[in-house]
Amino acid sequence: MRGLLIPAGTAVAAPAGPPPLDGAAPYRLHPQVAIRPEAFGALAYHYGNRRLTFLRSPELVELVRVLERHDTLDAALAASGVAPDRWSAMRTALASLAASEVLCAR
Amino acid sequence: MPADLRLAGRASTLTEELKCGLDAPICLTWELTYGCNLACVHCLSSSGRRDPRELSTAEAMGVIDGLHDLQVFYVNIGGGEPTVRADFFDLVDYAVERGVGVKYSTNGTTLTAARAAWLAAADYVDVQVSMDGATVATNDAVRGAGTHARAVRALELLADAGFRQPKISVVMTRHNVDELDQLEALAARFGAQLRLTRLRPSGRGAEVWHDLHLRPEQQVVLYHWLLARPEVLTGDSFFHLSALGEALPGLNLCGAGRVVCLIDPVGDVYACPFVLHDEFHAGSVRDPGGFARVWRESELFGRLRQPDSAGACASCGSYDACQGGCMAAKFFTGLPLDAPDPECVLGHGETALAAAGAVAARPVGPDHSVPIALTRRRLGS
Repeated sequence: MRGLLIPAGTAVAAPAGPPPLDGAAPYRLHPQVAIRPEAFGALAYHYGNRRLTFLRSPELVELVRVLERHDTLDAALAASGVAPDRWSAMRTALASLAASEVLCAR
Repeated sequence: MPADLRLAGRASTLTEELKCGLDAPICLTWELTYGCNLACVHCLSSSGRRDPRELSTAEAMGVIDGLHDLQVFYVNIGGGEPTVRADFFDLVDYAVERGVGVKYSTNGTTLTAARAAWLAAADYVDVQVSMDGATVATNDAVRGAGTHARAVRALELLADAGFRQPKISVVMTRHNVDELDQLEALAARFGAQLRLTRLRPSGRGAEVWHDLHLRPEQQVVLYHWLLARPEVLTGDSFFHLSALGEALPGLNLCGAGRVVCLIDPVGDVYACPFVLHDEFHAGSVRDPGGFARVWRESELFGRLRQPDSAGACASCGSYDACQGGCMAAKFFTGLPLDAPDPECVLGHGETALAAAGAVAARPVGPDHSVPIALTRRRLGS
């Protein structure tokens, strides 16, 4: 729903995109976020800011799930089985998830 | 759109995926009782009297267990006035304990300072106070004498208790559309978020819809007002206005049976909160398998998750923008489901209504109105 399903303020994508994440830093799913699998990937709901986010790729969902088992974001990517030519897209997707507080640093 | 949506495609692809339905609803409304101490003229569920077959506390807790198992993130509780149930706050507590967030709609009349303090301390509980006008005259004409003052009092109690960001929920009518800026100011005064929704011709709303629904020029005003204020919540109920130009933020599709549904006080499941009618009855939480089985296996929901036909809108260049509008609005004005929305911004709805002679033929849902409301014009009586 408006402001929930689609985070307010993201209707117009910033041309520069979200700030990039540090590949050498550790990240995790935000403790207030729940993930529910769906055919297209998953839904993530943040109980704090009440926002719902669509994760529209099963490999992105898997990456989000395993992030906290790895010491760095790069290590998680390397272990994930995601083809290297998709890493850049994954980094962008993860950065936008961090910007909407689905992910956080740990 | 969240930026991650760009990963796999455009927003329209997401719309297509959502049309096939989700594993569990993302917007589940649960009308907990038809009992209400008010008698608003546009009540979607024709509420007033409690139904003796209402779900018991144990049954309601069973429903919450089922929602937990389905990983439903939150439930929108309404009514009637849900707080007239003596076990209301026990059920809220139980849901939150089970990780199911609660957003509840109230007319505010039952709120006390002690309860406001309890709410302020609760996690995952959102409160939505209904008001249908910024002024006493506009609000009370729809909701009843004294209701504006009581809603304001509830907002004061919440503010005094430190409750963070309640919502003020407004059904848009041709009388309150001129008060949009005042409503925004009222929300700001209480640190509240404004939520505007569309008047549907459902329940008692069918009786007043012709007199209260927005005039075409007012729809244009509302569209531009909303476009300039992406922070205002709408429950995505104005997607038919997107045919005016740039799409409003949110999901531009009918979510009935796909991402949305309703559980009524006796446990019956309907495709959306605006279609309490046999035609859109999918099953009951009291049936074997409970709510989960209804959501997954209902024949009705299966049909609603099929690609829809543009019907009479097929030749219109705006169909992709408005998706033909609201199913409930068509149904209760007597239009076929593949007709244009009765409030089509291009005027096709008015033509369709005239052609269908729809007013006389419109269907009527169940009525729980308090019978002494003699001022109300009733169909067939």
